[in-house]
Amino acid sequence: MTNRKTLKMTVNDTVRNVEVATNETLLETLRRVGAVEVKCGCEKGDCGACAVLLDGMAVDSCLTLTHTVGTRAITTIKGLGTAEAPHPLQTAFAELGAAQCGYCTPGMIIATQSMLTHDTATPDENDIRHGLSGNLCRCTGYTKIYDAVLEGAKAMRETEAAK
Amino acid sequence: MIAKAKTANDVAPLGGGTNLVVEMRASGVGPATLVSVGQLAGLRGITIADGTVTIGAATTVSDILRDPRMKQVAAVLVESADVFAGQMIRNTATVAGNICCGSPAADLVPPLLALGASVTLRSGSGERTVPLDGYFTGYKTSVRKPDELLTAISWPVPTAKSASRFYKLGRRRGDAITMVGVSVFVSLKDGVCDTVRIALGAVGPCVMRSKKAEAVMQGKAPSADLIAKAAQAATAESTPIDDIRASGEYRKEQVQVLVQRLLTQSLESLS
Ligand SMILES: Cc1cc2nc3c(=O)[nH]c(=O)nc-3n(C[C@H](O)[C@H](O)[C@H](O)COP(=O)(O)OP(=O)(O)OC[C@H]3O[C@@H](n4cnc5c(N)ncnc54)[C@H](O)[C@@H]3O)c2cc1C
Ligand code: FES
Ligand code: FES
Repeated sequence: MTNRKTLKMTVNDTVRNVEVATNETLLETLRRVGAVEVKCGCEKGDCGACAVLLDGMAVDSCLTLTHTVGTRAITTIKGLGTAEAPHPLQTAFAELGAAQCGYCTPGMIIATQSMLTHDTATPDENDIRHGLSGNLCRCTGYTKIYDAVLEGAKAMRETEAAK
Repeated sequence: MIAKAKTANDVAPLGGGTNLVVEMRASGVGPATLVSVGQLAGLRGITIADGTVTIGAATTVSDILRDPRMKQVAAVLVESADVFAGQMIRNTATVAGNICCGSPAADLVPPLLALGASVTLRSGSGERTVPLDGYFTGYKTSVRKPDELLTAISWPVPTAKSASRFYKLGRRRGDAITMVGVSVFVSLKDGVCDTVRIALGAVGPCVMRSKKAEAVMQGKAPSADLIAKAAQAATAESTPIDDIRASGEYRKEQVQVLVQRLLTQSLESLS
């Protein structure tokens, strides 16, 4: 079952050819090619640290076999924004103390982005609990994360309205 | 490829992989070949036509939540999808995979049983549709043959004079494995219970309907006393085990509480 095959993958808008074993998970592939901003927590779908966007939809990369990605575009936290040009959610997380050790943060922000796109752009606390129930954080106690999501979502709406 | 499968060790369909990938990695072994059903665009989608709701095998739990029509034609399934895992799992997990994993704690199965759903199984030699009631034959076993793919799930659009409820008892609100899952469906005709379906999850080797509890209600005018008797019958029919999540005794007690509560709520919403 472990055949290898070269796949054409689009990671953060860059197309690359990667040789991938058929039983390899997307988490393994991404970290192997240097996308170590995608974090490895439990490798069984419990923690959400490994979340990435596939065509804008958040999935756990540890449960996704790389060979099933197909032509879908992969976005990691680095594809959303960088230290130089941060995404409004990244700014809100940094400013409101929603990241302590930071290990869960990439997954939290990826899940938030997906919730804002697919479920609601104006989340209340229940929406946030629902959207982030697959993301564990051992540090913050979650309340600061909720605050950052509310604030970041507001900033995103304002940016959108100003366009 | 699936058409040639003799056993599940040769070829297995891969839905979202939220069960299968975890299992393969935990055990270090897996089927020789996987066929990704989850990415077959033709099998993804929800259609409502001629009084029947049909969902394709690649339809995900999030698809159920994000389709505004589902609140009208399967509110009880939406209730269950809403308390299912976390967002990333919901975005990936298929409804078909939830049925095919055969877990007694599978959350979408009690509501689908309550709705009176059927599943379509297709192989190289043809297609058959079987009721979900009777599909499971024991712990993780079913009437589906290794060369059959579950391609669709369908159920009749519920009538106006019917109501349905689901409750998942877990250790916490988000992302928990079900200790007891109960779903009920009741329709009324001329003041008496017409169709009654009571489905119980995680209290037996597979999700099951409590036919004895249903029989208590059928053809009778609903009353608190009747509901209590039905709940007792459901408790008597359940055969839960003790495990790390709850004791069998506790589970039995909860069947009584939940069947009673959900039947009461459903009937109240009809009056
Ligand atoms: C963190 C976590 C949380 C979870 N929470 C819940 C929860 O709250 N409630 C719940 O019920 N479950 C839960 N699950 C279990 C799992 O996500 C669900 O059972 C899910 O619906 C499985 O669907 P899938 O598409 O991922 O199936 P897969 O893993 O792809 O497949 C499961 C099984 O079904 C077979 N199969 C899949 N599709 C077909 C088909 N079309 N025809 C024939 N066979 C098929 C596969 O071969 C395999 O044996 C959870 C899992 C994880 C990892
Ligand atoms: S590493 Fe993927 S969910 Fe924990
Ligand atoms: S900030 Fe440390 S795990 Fe969330």
